[in-house]
Amino acid sequence: MSSTTRESVDAGHERDVVRGRLYGVSHALRSGLSELWLDKAGLLGLTVIVLIIACAVFAPWLAPHEPSEQSLLNRLTPPFQSWDHPLGTDGVGKDELSQLLYGARTSLVVGGAVVLLSGTFGIVLGLFAGYRGGRWDSTVMRVVDVQVAFPGLLLALTILTVVPPSLKSVIVVLALNGWMVYARMTRGIVLQARETPYVEAAEIVGCKPRRVIFKHILPHLASPLLTLAVLEFAGIVVAEAALSFLGLGIQPPEVSWGLMVASGREYLFTAWWVATWPGIAISVLVLAVNLFASWLRVAADPQQRDRRFAQTSRLTQTTETR
Amino acid sequence: MSESGHRVPLLEVEKLEVSFFTQHGVVRAVRGTTFDIARGETVGLVGESGSGKSVTSLAILGLIDLPGKITGGDVRWKGSSLLNRAGLKWVKQVRGKELAIVFQDPMTSLNPLFTLRWQIGEVLRHHLGMGRKRAEERVVELLDLVGIPSPRERAKAYPHELSGGQRQRALIAMALACEPELLIADEPTTALDVTIQAQILELIGEIQQRLGLAVLLVTHDLGVVAGVCDRVVVMYGGKIMERGSATDVFQHPGHPYTAGLLRSTPRIDLAQHRMIGIDGSPPNMIDPPPGCPFAPRCPIAFDRCVEPPPFIPAPNGREVACWRAYDT
Amino acid sequence: MGRFAIGRIVHGVVVVFCVAIVVFATSRLVGDPVGVILPFEATHEQRAALRHQLGFDRPILEQFGEYITNLARGDFGTSLLQDRPTISIVLEHLPATFELVFAGIALAILIAVPLGVVAAVRPGSLVDRMSVSLSLLGLSVPEFFLGILLILFFAVELGVLPASGKGGIEHLILPALTLALPAVGRLTMIARSSMIDQLGQAYVQTAKAKGIPRWRVVGIHALRNALIPVLTLSGWELMRALAGYAVTVETVFAWPGVGYLAFQAVREQDVFLVQTIVLVVAVLVVFVNVGIDILYRVVDPRIKLG
Repeated sequence: MSSTTRESVDAGHERDVVRGRLYGVSHALRSGLSELWLDKAGLLGLTVIVLIIACAVFAPWLAPHEPSEQSLLNRLTPPFQSWDHPLGTDGVGKDELSQLLYGARTSLVVGGAVVLLSGTFGIVLGLFAGYRGGRWDSTVMRVVDVQVAFPGLLLALTILTVVPPSLKSVIVVLALNGWMVYARMTRGIVLQARETPYVEAAEIVGCKPRRVIFKHILPHLASPLLTLAVLEFAGIVVAEAALSFLGLGIQPPEVSWGLMVASGREYLFTAWWVATWPGIAISVLVLAVNLFASWLRVAADPQQRDRRFAQTSRLTQTTETR
Repeated sequence: MSESGHRVPLLEVEKLEVSFFTQHGVVRAVRGTTFDIARGETVGLVGESGSGKSVTSLAILGLIDLPGKITGGDVRWKGSSLLNRAGLKWVKQVRGKELAIVFQDPMTSLNPLFTLRWQIGEVLRHHLGMGRKRAEERVVELLDLVGIPSPRERAKAYPHELSGGQRQRALIAMALACEPELLIADEPTTALDVTIQAQILELIGEIQQRLGLAVLLVTHDLGVVAGVCDRVVVMYGGKIMERGSATDVFQHPGHPYTAGLLRSTPRIDLAQHRMIGIDGSPPNMIDPPPGCPFAPRCPIAFDRCVEPPPFIPAPNGREVACWRAYDT
Repeated sequence: MGRFAIGRIVHGVVVVFCVAIVVFATSRLVGDPVGVILPFEATHEQRAALRHQLGFDRPILEQFGEYITNLARGDFGTSLLQDRPTISIVLEHLPATFELVFAGIALAILIAVPLGVVAAVRPGSLVDRMSVSLSLLGLSVPEFFLGILLILFFAVELGVLPASGKGGIEHLILPALTLALPAVGRLTMIARSSMIDQLGQAYVQTAKAKGIPRWRVVGIHALRNALIPVLTLSGWELMRALAGYAVTVETVFAWPGVGYLAFQAVREQDVFLVQTIVLVVAVLVVFVNVGIDILYRVVDPRIKLG
């Protein structure tokens, strides 16, 4: 065999490998998408998330009023009565719909920022602890243990009584509370991945630690961490709303759904809608994120996919009753 | 025994069909299996993993669950069906009492949260209506019977405090609790150390002799069967390849699969024996073709093998499902 | 067992100590209680005087030492508004919180376990789908909004239950239900999945082969194993309720417990009262944590003498 043909054979082989990998990716994507299509709940979740993001982005164009615009003449206008205030107004005459649209911004910004901050911090520490092991590992994990045992909302309370609450302080406080889960999960997966033969082999062959982490271990982390981040996002949205509800989060004139619920509490017996709309908004966003996350978890884990099939197929039910 | 035409079968399995309905298709695990077991007899059900032998033993006890389903055939215990409406009730009374099973993996087959005394005693309390005290006394006897040292103390132990061999003994004790008439041993030694394997087999043989029960020994290990069994049923791809008395089958395997299996079994008695594997891999059981499942791997297969072969009889109640039976 | 318990208790003490450090640090380093206590228009001299009176002008380590010794002596400081020891205020409010939290978690377990078990035994059935929907709902509707919905329906619309305050059992129903639902969501899911897991185990096959009735196989053999993770999670839920949900739920229902007290204290910026609440709740959480760890070992014979 001449050298040229060998090269072309090698090149062809390489192409096949690349194509194979691409095929693998696109296949996973396609099967994921078809799964998403099959799993209507997951699709619904994703649609709702996209819609809410659109609302947040286009709020200035969609909102009929400025969210902070008060009009005492139109206090507690019931919903569905006028085009001017389709969802009614609150106790100081602020338009509910406009506040909802702008409130979406707060939820998404806080959720995104906190997940990004705590995720980055937690993953870096987790990688470090898992990969270095030994004393580093035990130190980091001890901190995690203590923090996990430390009641989160209480930390927020202590900090937010002495620091003036604001968007920024809410993000920092929630990020301080959220990084441990990422660290724990990352460390766990790293430890597991290090046990696998191919990572051991890579280490024996003399791959640099950084290379081992990035090439061999990180891919393992992607899908569980993504699912975790999505789930955490839902948790953060609720946490922000709760803090704002208690008056420890976002402060007026800024808008937050939690704040809106709080302002509606005074009018429970006279104007149900003031607390109800923002409450529904929070619930819908969190539900959508949860649906999406549970789809993500199933899609990322083939074993789960099979199990789910076995669980939901009609046939299994008929044999069950036999 | 072998020549008497009027054996009273304790258990009859007739044209049994079991399928599993999975995402990838219908797995036809057992396809028309027929055999029987008489009182006091030891029958070996032999085949490699995926041959349908374990599924057959589960089906006998009515333990096929969830995606699996018995799609045809019959299982009869002392002459009446365990699968029809009345049988479904009856099997609940028989199971664990007259018809007992020992599973493959002793490490996971005991409930980790209960003591041996409680777990084994449960059978006695349920089937024989014993009180707690009496059941516990009997458990100690049973543990003694299966050769667990200081049974009175061990009865109070949790499964994790026992070794694998001891756990398997405990499971055998549990199966023997109500003095069953048939003991199904489903790969009872696979998960154990070689040295323990022999002990467990010896124990089963000993108990069989003492209590006079019938044994269905489900295994992939021909060596095990040869030492213990009266008759052998060889399964492959969900179908029976060959059945007959153990001596006949081992001395003159009638089916090329049995022959291949024998060649690939290590033997101590023949110094010059060379182990030869069977080429190819077991068949895919999703929508298998109707012909002989072994044909794709068979060294002597020919055109006709795409048709399902009939059972070709030979003396001593022997039957071989092959177009070229006894050619090997 | 004893050694294990001691280890856990030591860990708990460490956690409480860390909480004390954080509380101290936030009050002295991150923010300025003096600015919080005094009105905005207070003069420089007034501020300096208060600083001196509280000892804030001394070296930080000395302050910390005094802080810790005071805590050890049971002196948690004086409430700025009520002018009496913060600890006695907190202790007064504790029983109400206990009542609410225990009722809520007990309710959650009583709903979640049967639901999860039935869902696991009949996957894909109506009950299963209902349990999944209920869990998703429980996970998605924030507890403070759920409380408001319950008030709107039962107090405003039907007028059958009181909307707030503490009194007879009828006052407890809505808050307990509100506290229970998020826990029901998680507990049902864990009960369901761990039950499905257990039903696939080999020992279940053995139990079936014994010929005992199906309810015993499911309700005794599998359930007992499946309850171990449920137990662990219930402990978590108890902690979450004590340290988190209690604040929002008690606030919604004006339930006179520690959570509502915390809300008011934060509102009034009663710094020392907030700090005392945080420390007391941290101690409670540690207690629950240790208790769960020990109970866990009692239930599962495999991990005795850890």
